[in-house]
Order: sequence, then C-alpha cells, then structure tokens
Amino acid sequence: MSAPKRKLKVATTSLAGCFGCHMSLLDIDERILKLLELVELDRSPLTDIKHCGPCDLGLVEGGLCNAENVHVLREFRKQCKVLVAVGACAINGGLPAQRNHLDVRECLTSVYRTVPNDPELPLPLDHVHPINDVVRIDYSLPGCPPPADALWQFLTDFIAGRTPSLGHGLIHYD
Amino acid sequence: MTSLETSQTDKPTRRISIDQVSRVEGHGKVTLLLDDEGHVHQARLHIVEFRGFERFIQGRPYWEVPVMVQRLCGICPVSHHLAASKALDVVVGATQLTPTAEKVRRLMHYGQMLQSHALHFFHLSSPDLLFGFDSEVSKRNVVGVVAAYPELATHGVLLRKFGQEVIRLTAGKRVHGTGSIPGGVNKSLTRAERDELLAALPDVLQWAREGVDLVKALHQKNTALYESFGLFRSSLLSLVGPGGRLEFYDGVIRARDADGQVMVDGIEPKNYRQHIEEEVKSWSYMKFPYLTALGPERGWYKVGPLARVQNCDFIHTPLAEAERQAFREAHGGQMVHAPLAYHWTRLIELLHAAEVIGELLRDDDLMGDALVVSGERVGEGVGIIEAPRGTLIHHYKVDSQDLVTMCNLIVSTTHNNQAMNEAIRSVAREYLDGHEPTEGLMNHLEVAIRAFDPCLSCATHAMGRMPLYVEVRDASGAVVGSATKSSR
Ligand code: SF4
Repeated sequence: MSAPKRKLKVATTSLAGCFGCHMSLLDIDERILKLLELVELDRSPLTDIKHCGPCDLGLVEGGLCNAENVHVLREFRKQCKVLVAVGACAINGGLPAQRNHLDVRECLTSVYRTVPNDPELPLPLDHVHPINDVVRIDYSLPGCPPPADALWQFLTDFIAGRTPSLGHGLIHYD
Repeated sequence: MTSLETSQTDKPTRRISIDQVSRVEGHGKVTLLLDDEGHVHQARLHIVEFRGFERFIQGRPYWEVPVMVQRLCGICPVSHHLAASKALDVVVGATQLTPTAEKVRRLMHYGQMLQSHALHFFHLSSPDLLFGFDSEVSKRNVVGVVAAYPELATHGVLLRKFGQEVIRLTAGKRVHGTGSIPGGVNKSLTRAERDELLAALPDVLQWAREGVDLVKALHQKNTALYESFGLFRSSLLSLVGPGGRLEFYDGVIRARDADGQVMVDGIEPKNYRQHIEEEVKSWSYMKFPYLTALGPERGWYKVGPLARVQNCDFIHTPLAEAERQAFREAHGGQMVHAPLAYHWTRLIELLHAAEVIGELLRDDDLMGDALVVSGERVGEGVGIIEAPRGTLIHHYKVDSQDLVTMCNLIVSTTHNNQAMNEAIRSVAREYLDGHEPTEGLMNHLEVAIRAFDPCLSCATHAMGRMPLYVEVRDASGAVVGSATKSSR
C-alpha cells in the first residue's frame, strides 16, 4: 500500500485587482469541495494566514499599483514553486492600468482635497505594472476574469501532474 | 477614554498592526498605538490602495461605462453595472424603461444580492461565528466549515451558485457581464432559462430560511456577546421604496437618527449632493461621508443590511417580513446598533432576495422583446442603488461628443468608513486595552470589520497624489517604475 499522497499547498492573493478572478475560482461551485480535499490552502483572502509559507502553487490576481503589491509578489515568488498570473490585471495591468496615460502629478487634488499622506499608507507607483515586470511567472490564464472552467482545468491538470493545457473555449480575453 | 481616532498623548511606545485584513474583499490595514502598560491610544482602519477610476473614466465614451466600472469590484460588479446604467438612463433620456428591461435588471440585482450575501456569510464570516473569534487560525476559514459542517457549507456554495446563475442568464456572464446598457438591457430571458431558475427556487428558499434560523440560534446562544460586541451608536441611511418598503433597485434616500427618528426622507437621487458631503483624512485613501445638515462630527451614519432593515417600514414579501418582525421583537422594538446584528439582517435580506426572484420569475414580462428606449439627451445623470453592502451612488456628466467629463462615485463601503472605525475602537477599548495582543484578540478587530462586509477594493477608486519617491527594480536591478514626490 502506498502512503497517502501529500496534499499540494496552494496560496492565492489579490494585488491591484478587483477580486473578480477569485470569484471566478469560487464559480467552480460544488467542485470547490472536491478541490479542498485535494489541496491545502495557505495564504489566501479566504484564510487568516497573513504570510505565505512554502507552496507548490501560487495564484496571483491583479497587477502592481503600489509598493506593498511588490513586496507581496516577491514573497509569493520566493515561496511558490510555480507562479501563475491569473487574469488581465496580472498579465498586462488590466483596467487599473488605464491610469498609466495620465500624469499623476496632474491628477492633483481633483479627488482628495487633502491628499492622504501617512506612513501607514504604502507608496503608490507612477504606473500600474504587470507582474512579470518584477518576477518570473510560469503560467498565465487570460480573461477578465478567466472562466471558472479554465481555472478548474488548470488546477486539475496541475494536481494530477499533467502539463496544464486549456482546451477549446477556455481561453477568453474579455 | 478619548475617541481613539488620534492619539492624544505622546505616551504610545508600541505600534501593532494587522497588515492585511483577511476574509474581506480588498486591501485594508488596522493599526493600534499602545503605551507601556498596553493601553490603547489610537485605533484606525486604513484603506491602503488607490486606483483612480473617477479620473480615468473621464474622456471615455459613456456607453463603455457600465462595463468598465464593474472592474471596481468582482464581488458586486452588478451593483456598479446597474448604478452606472441608471445614471446613464437619465443621460440618454430614458425616463421610463420598458417593463422587460426594468424586470430583467431587477432580477440581475436581486440575484447579486443573494450571491453576495451568501458568499459573505458562508464563505467569509461564518468561521468566526461557528468556531469562535479566537479559535485556531488553521481551522478558522471556509475549509474548516466544510470539514465541521459539510451540509451547511454545501448549501452556502449552492446558494451562491444560484445567485451567480441568475446573473449569468441576465447579464451574459457571472462576473463582469454586459446585459445592462444605457436605456435598457440587451437581452431578456428565454422560457427555458426562466424554467431552469424556477426549478431551483424551492431549495434556494429552504436554504435561505435555514440560514436565518442558524444566525438566530447563534444570537440566542450568546445574546450578551452579540448585542455588545463592537457596539457604537449612529444614524443610518438607505434608499426606501414606495410606501417606505425595503427596496434594493430604486427609491428615495431616507436617514434616521440613532433613536430611530426620521431625519431626512424622500430625497430624490439627483439631489444627493445637497445632502451628503465627504471629508478626507490624511491616513486613509477612503473618504468619510456625512450628512451636510449635521456636519462631519455628528453627520456620519451606517449603511447596509442593518441600516436597511431598520430604515424601511415593511418588507413586501411574507417570509422576510415575518423575520423582520421577529428581529424587532427580539430587541423590544428598539433600534439595534450592534455590528454582529448585521449578519442577522443580512440573512433576512438574502431570504427576501430569494422571494423577489421568485416573484420576478413568475412574471412573463421577463421574456418580452421591447428592450431599449431613449429620449431627449441631457448632460448629467445620477444613479443610486442599494448594493449588497449599502447605498451606492454613481454620478456622471457627458458632453455632446458622448464623452464623460465628470464622474463621482460614493460606494457603499465608503459610507461605512466612520462606522467601521468606531467599531474597531469599541473592540479595542473592551478587549485589547491593557492586554497582550494575541492573534485571537487581534482577530476580534477583524470580526468587527467583517460584520460590515466591507468591499475595500470598491473603496479605492479615487486617485490621489504621490507622497514620496519609490523605485521598482526587476530581478536584474534595473529600474522598471518609479513614483515621484508631489510638488506641494
Ligand atoms: S482580471 Fe478582471 S476580474 Fe480579474 S482582477 Fe482584473 S478586473 Fe478583476
């Protein structure tokens, strides 16, 4: 009899994203119960683990809009054997990168009459960056968000030790 | 003890923080300043991200807006989709939508209310309530709930799935759909789609009722805790529908004071600016709204389920109305301010949403084919909706070239900014003052924040200025980005 297989450890995070990619992951519906049998969740918006431990897989939603995003992303890259850019924001900055054509200096106080400025607030970046500007990524799943079935296909391939591949209809760019 | 908003002495020697509030949507941080004896001098909830939607939406064609603004929030995209559509209905002169368009939108919205409330209760908050605020970190999450209460967890997952299916069939996609457009919708329901949803409804109603029963049982088991935890008093604000009924899609603004007296009522959405203003504080990217008449000190209020269920005069669906009355009776008819009562009222709303979905699904207008209307163009529109987390305001100006020239958003979580800060201060006073801040005690602060179901990424739409200089380097050390200090 073989020893029970070690559960794969998975971490997820949202950087400058809208959580829609995480919602799409939950949109695998009942299959989430099966997934939780197969993997152990490390740091994720669904758990109270605040720092990522060594993981087999890291899913990153969102691009980089401030210094804190960069720290979290670096921590993920250090801890995760395989890192996946999930969704348009992680891959190319997504909608938040619409601010890149604006000169931040000129945005002035149009929104805040007194600009928030406190040591507790992480420094914003002048541009929103895709995550591969800062770390190496192993896979990317396109879509805004990627369809739940694409996430499921990726995860089940990965867990089974196959090279993940998305079949027809699972690659969307919307 | 002082308000704890800003430390009054230079005694604090210790800063502790929760760097990322978890099991909420978006990025928030809590900081406490303590002195040598462990007394709390300051407690703040900071919103640490900014994204600038209000600014970069300027110059875009107005018809892109209902699709773009959804990317503010992946948990309640439909709220933004519809609030923007409603504002732009005004702009395209669609003063009265077709019955099909109005009902398809309503269905979409109540579907979202159902899925969002289910997600918040079952996936995010129930672990605290079922296992205890300072239970083991590794269990205190949805995985723990699946292991300990598999049936409950499954029902939560299926409730959310149903809401998401309602959204998919009305908006075209579960997350970030495209169903609603200025002046109407671009799709109605087919008979097969309608029947598919109707067939699932009896189970949904049953699970929704079980949810209310569960939260009532939790309150009864530990009434003292549920009624005192994080307590503070405040006014409350929401839309109300015809005759003062509970209403999520459309209505007029009403606000009550902490004792339940109506302070303002019947305010048309287009006049919101005369009644609500926002204050900016240096330590958060989230603004602090207040009622103009009362000023920033006294004029802040709370929004969301606890506000709505107490602000309305009645609920027009029978099961939810019975639960509303039970809620009132359990509190002797007094106004309830306890943050944990948000959960109870949230589940009453979930049940109400399921009932309204049933009403709508039995209405053949859903399958009509008159989808869009338009009329005389005007330059400005306001759309207000009750999003799952509370009142959501979208306001646009559009020029003759069809381009947006002004956008103002006040999202639900922003309305609750002061309220959430008051709740953590209340918890800090009662549980942390003079104690060694363990992980479990710190989670108490998060439990109070979670009760409001904050959507912190919605709250980060505004765009500020760069306070300092920072560089981002890639692995080889090359600079790939920088931020500059503002000129002021
Ligand atoms: S890719 Fe789309 S769904 Fe995912 S975080 Fe970005 S905006 Fe949201």
